Amino acid sequence: MTAYLAQRFLIAVATLLVASLVVFAVLEVLPGDPARLMLGINATPDAVEALREQMGLNSPRPVRYLDWVAGMLSLDFGRSYTYSVPVIDLVAERIAVSLPLALISLVLSVAIAIPVGAFAAQRRGRAGDAVAMGAAQVGVAIPNFWFALLLIYLFAVWLRLVPAGGFPGWSAGVWPALKALFLPAIALALPQAAILARVTRSALIETLGEDYIRTARAKGLPFGAVLWRHALRNALIPMLTIIGLQFSFLLAGTIIIENVFYLPGLGRLIFQAITQRDLIVVEGVVMLLVATVVVVNLLVDLSYAIVDPRLRTR
Amino acid sequence: MTLLAIENLSLSIGETPILKNIGLSIEPGEVLGLVGESGSGKSMTALAIMRLLPQGARADGKILFGGENLLDASEEAMCRLRGDDIGMVFQEPMTALNPVKTIGEQVAEGIRWHTGAGRAEAERRAAQMLDRVGLSSAKFPLSRYPHQLSGGQRQRVVIAIACALKPKLLIADEPTTALDVVLQAQILELLRELVDENRMGLLLISHDLAVVTEMSDRIAIMRSGEVLETGETARTLSAQQHPYTRQLALASTHVPAGRSLPSPLWGGSAIRLSEAKPVSRGGGIRSPASRLTVSASLRPLADPPHKGEGRHPLLEVASITRDYPGPRPSLFSKAKTFRAVDDVSFSLMPGRSVALVGRSGCGKSTLARLVLALDKATSGTIRFMGKDITGRPEAELRQARRNMQVVFQDPYGSFNPRHRVERLVAEPLSLVEPAPDPLKRRELVAHALHQVGLKPHDMQKYPHEFSGGQRQRLSIARAIITRPKLVVADEAVSALDVSIRAQVLDLFAELNRTLGIAYLFITHDLTVARAITDEVLVMHEGRIVERGTTAGVLDNPQSEAAKALVDAAPDLRRAISHKLREQG
Amino acid sequence: MDGPSITHSQDGFSGFVARALASRSFVVGFAVTALIALMALVSFVWTPYDVTKLVVADRMLPPSAAHWFGTDHFGRDVLSMIMVGARNSIAVALVAVGIGMGFGVPLGCLAAARGGWPDEIVMRFNDLVFAFPALLSAVMITAVFGPGAINAIIAIGIFNIPVFARVARAGALAIWPREFILAARAAGKGKARITVEHILPNIATLLLVQGTIQFALGILAEAGLSYVGLGAQPPMPSWGRMLFDAQTRMMVLPSLALFPGLAIVITVLGLNLLGDGVSDALDPKLRRRA
Repeated sequence: MTAYLAQRFLIAVATLLVASLVVFAVLEVLPGDPARLMLGINATPDAVEALREQMGLNSPRPVRYLDWVAGMLSLDFGRSYTYSVPVIDLVAERIAVSLPLALISLVLSVAIAIPVGAFAAQRRGRAGDAVAMGAAQVGVAIPNFWFALLLIYLFAVWLRLVPAGGFPGWSAGVWPALKALFLPAIALALPQAAILARVTRSALIETLGEDYIRTARAKGLPFGAVLWRHALRNALIPMLTIIGLQFSFLLAGTIIIENVFYLPGLGRLIFQAITQRDLIVVEGVVMLLVATVVVVNLLVDLSYAIVDPRLRTR
Repeated sequence: MTLLAIENLSLSIGETPILKNIGLSIEPGEVLGLVGESGSGKSMTALAIMRLLPQGARADGKILFGGENLLDASEEAMCRLRGDDIGMVFQEPMTALNPVKTIGEQVAEGIRWHTGAGRAEAERRAAQMLDRVGLSSAKFPLSRYPHQLSGGQRQRVVIAIACALKPKLLIADEPTTALDVVLQAQILELLRELVDENRMGLLLISHDLAVVTEMSDRIAIMRSGEVLETGETARTLSAQQHPYTRQLALASTHVPAGRSLPSPLWGGSAIRLSEAKPVSRGGGIRSPASRLTVSASLRPLADPPHKGEGRHPLLEVASITRDYPGPRPSLFSKAKTFRAVDDVSFSLMPGRSVALVGRSGCGKSTLARLVLALDKATSGTIRFMGKDITGRPEAELRQARRNMQVVFQDPYGSFNPRHRVERLVAEPLSLVEPAPDPLKRRELVAHALHQVGLKPHDMQKYPHEFSGGQRQRLSIARAIITRPKLVVADEAVSALDVSIRAQVLDLFAELNRTLGIAYLFITHDLTVARAITDEVLVMHEGRIVERGTTAGVLDNPQSEAAKALVDAAPDLRRAISHKLREQG
Repeated sequence: MDGPSITHSQDGFSGFVARALASRSFVVGFAVTALIALMALVSFVWTPYDVTKLVVADRMLPPSAAHWFGTDHFGRDVLSMIMVGARNSIAVALVAVGIGMGFGVPLGCLAAARGGWPDEIVMRFNDLVFAFPALLSAVMITAVFGPGAINAIIAIGIFNIPVFARVARAGALAIWPREFILAARAAGKGKARITVEHILPNIATLLLVQGTIQFALGILAEAGLSYVGLGAQPPMPSWGRMLFDAQTRMMVLPSLALFPGLAIVITVLGLNLLGDGVSDALDPKLRRRA
């Protein structure tokens, strides 16, 4: 197992390294001088040059790349060109919105999908299955931001149960903050839950056709017990793959959903940074999101090893 | 009182009738053997008793177990019976266990479910049961996972699950079909002991007449959903009243016409056979198609293998070795290698037929791939028609490939399902230079189909339109279309029912006679080796441990490995004579 | 071993069509997809109103006989905009699938055929691309080149590459150990030729199914990108952009947010049904093994 995990860990590190190269290379071609951008149009060339020197923009590219990576390893993402504050401070403030949102959505999605998928698999070919899978089919087709608009219209405009957008901040108390995240989380979670429910059902149906299910039935276990005790754990392997993939979709989804609900998260930050050409913020946030995806995939690999003993002895 | 009585059981899935008015009965402590070819309805009978039929199946009639009709029982009642009073063992040990649960959990689960025993108590009983089936808790702790066990060991676990609560009836559906003969003998013995200890009734389902004969007190013969004949094993098989019983018995011991005499007869000793007269097998045929004189290549059975009369061997394998990298214990340590083929040497004369036999995993299939240049040897050389073919680039192998073709085991996996027969059979023609034009290709395909007993218009069909036996004929047609000198047959008849197998063996023998093709016959089945080959090589753990004439080796094995194989191999004649003595 | 023999229905294209027509998913999905495609094609030659003409007098009209889906804040006909928007959505998603298949399938086949280090490189490349959700790629591309429909195509296309590489590789790996491949090798055929003659025809249906799935995902992704302003730019109408514009006016005229959203849902639903139908009609043997 240690060999397997060590291998996965090395791959994750290598992926991050190459990803940082890609991000750096792509954003380096960006036209425009960050120093001039920070000082404004009226700055003297000397002042701009001095700032370039100070920001390290005059060093050769490899040196700048290494500085950037080394900085990130010590959580120093540089200073925002427009706000002139450390990027890490900006990120820390915004992540307090984005991360809880993504996690709540993931939990919601799994909590909805697994029972629905199992329910459909257990009633395969019957009315319950058809209804659940019909709903899932539609759920998969709904874009999350449109679903968000519908939710806003229904709950905020029409029923006036929750605010239509904005975020009071965690300082305003946990409950108001959660309330503000409630609709965005549902908007994100339901379409993903629909996908996961379909995967759960088909993975369960496939495992239910395995020989060891028949062995378990021959022991005298009723069908339901066999499904929960024997089939589900084996079906978890394909499901985990999808859950891992979904987390990156959810992260991407938060970026869009934050725009719908005017939430001050990483998504809003990255769009502001793009319009303001605040290159270093874009680089930092993109790397952070990429790192999150890579870490989540590493966790998924780790959970394979927990679920599947065959990987443990490898 | 009768333990299980099946009366007028009929079963259909959708519109398709599967079973027609089946009647069977089993007494406590009795072994009933249920024999039949694939599709005869044996497994469905077993699943009907367990009430684990596939969706859409409808059963009529009565299955009386302890006086209660199982077809009327509620699902709850069935759950109480399954695993407690009725246990079941399945064919495929590799997939019959849940890969993510320990063997302890899996054995204990049924015990806990039925007796309500606590975890500790159930585990204690599970350990006892595993001990009883030969998996001592010292060597096989409960915490083992299925993938850490071999196929034979897994089947023991399945048996432990089925017998944990000492069921009154055990159903074993092809319990040894996926195992090699040595493991088969061990598992059958274990089943026998369990039956005797607990006075269990055993319903033993098998396609192998010899296995069933050895094991069962009574036998039932099934075909296309009907029970044709039932009775005491010895009497039924010696009288062979029903024509199908006779046909099955004959096919099980079939030897192609003009090959060798039937071997060990009715418990007869080996000496008698080695005294048997050599049979001349139609020498001197000049095949117009192959333009190959085969007279000299065919010689009587008793000839020593290497009396070549100045002719050169077709195939010479010299000290061939194949290592595979094993699992790496950790990321930075070097992997241990696993030696699949270890310093093997042999040669094969033109027109001769050699069997390569051994237990599963002994390296025989790897050796076949090395000979076919589909895998690279670690060391050693293989010469074919005088030329070294080891480690050559593909372009230099064309000549050899043209003269060396292959027939595989699986009649379903051997063909690309998307292509028509014409294209499939013609595939090796790309090796012929100059490449034949479409008209000539078609002619060659038609001829090859004709030679294997199929019709020329079959070339427009897709492979799925043929039965298993016909597909194996297609495989053979593809193999002979380039007029090869050697055909490697890798378990080429193992997946076929006995009666089909007999026909395909006849075809192999005939092509050897008419076209002078030499065979390297890889098989785990000694009956097949006996039926079709002149010489035999016995392989064990990557090495060839014994070689000689087929009859010589099989009747009088010298090495431990060969002895174990021969002893364990089910033999119908021996089994019948044994039963006759036993049952009088 | 035992039991009823499974009769495989006819192989080949005609068999596939027969099974497909028997599947309700396929028929419905095909009809919906064809309808949307037709709508997009018609929009090249005719739309009820000119979508580039702003008629301030007719702004924010509710659905009526003259404007079936109403008009937007510039007085443009929503139905006409949805028709033209379909064009954009389909083009982006289709080209993105093309990019994904064009690069991904050869990579996947290569990885399966060669194994060893080429396989390792392809798989690590997959890991790398999977670390960049399409939205992040789009963000980066937009940061460099500014927003536009091409960015969306490239971003979604890049994300599709590892998806197809994975499917092709997995499908091919399931085919390679089969005996007909060994027989082809014994017939002297090289790996490239075997891939073309034997592997590709046997994974084609798998790729087709994945193609419809990625097509549907592409439509969703394009809508998301143009919603946040990273996709097609005004005045080119796009479904995502229309929803963005509708958001602030939803209280006044909810139908503005309704119709573009329904267009997306119906298109994606149609494509997914089509994909399900194709996979229902797949040869059962291959489906099991793949």
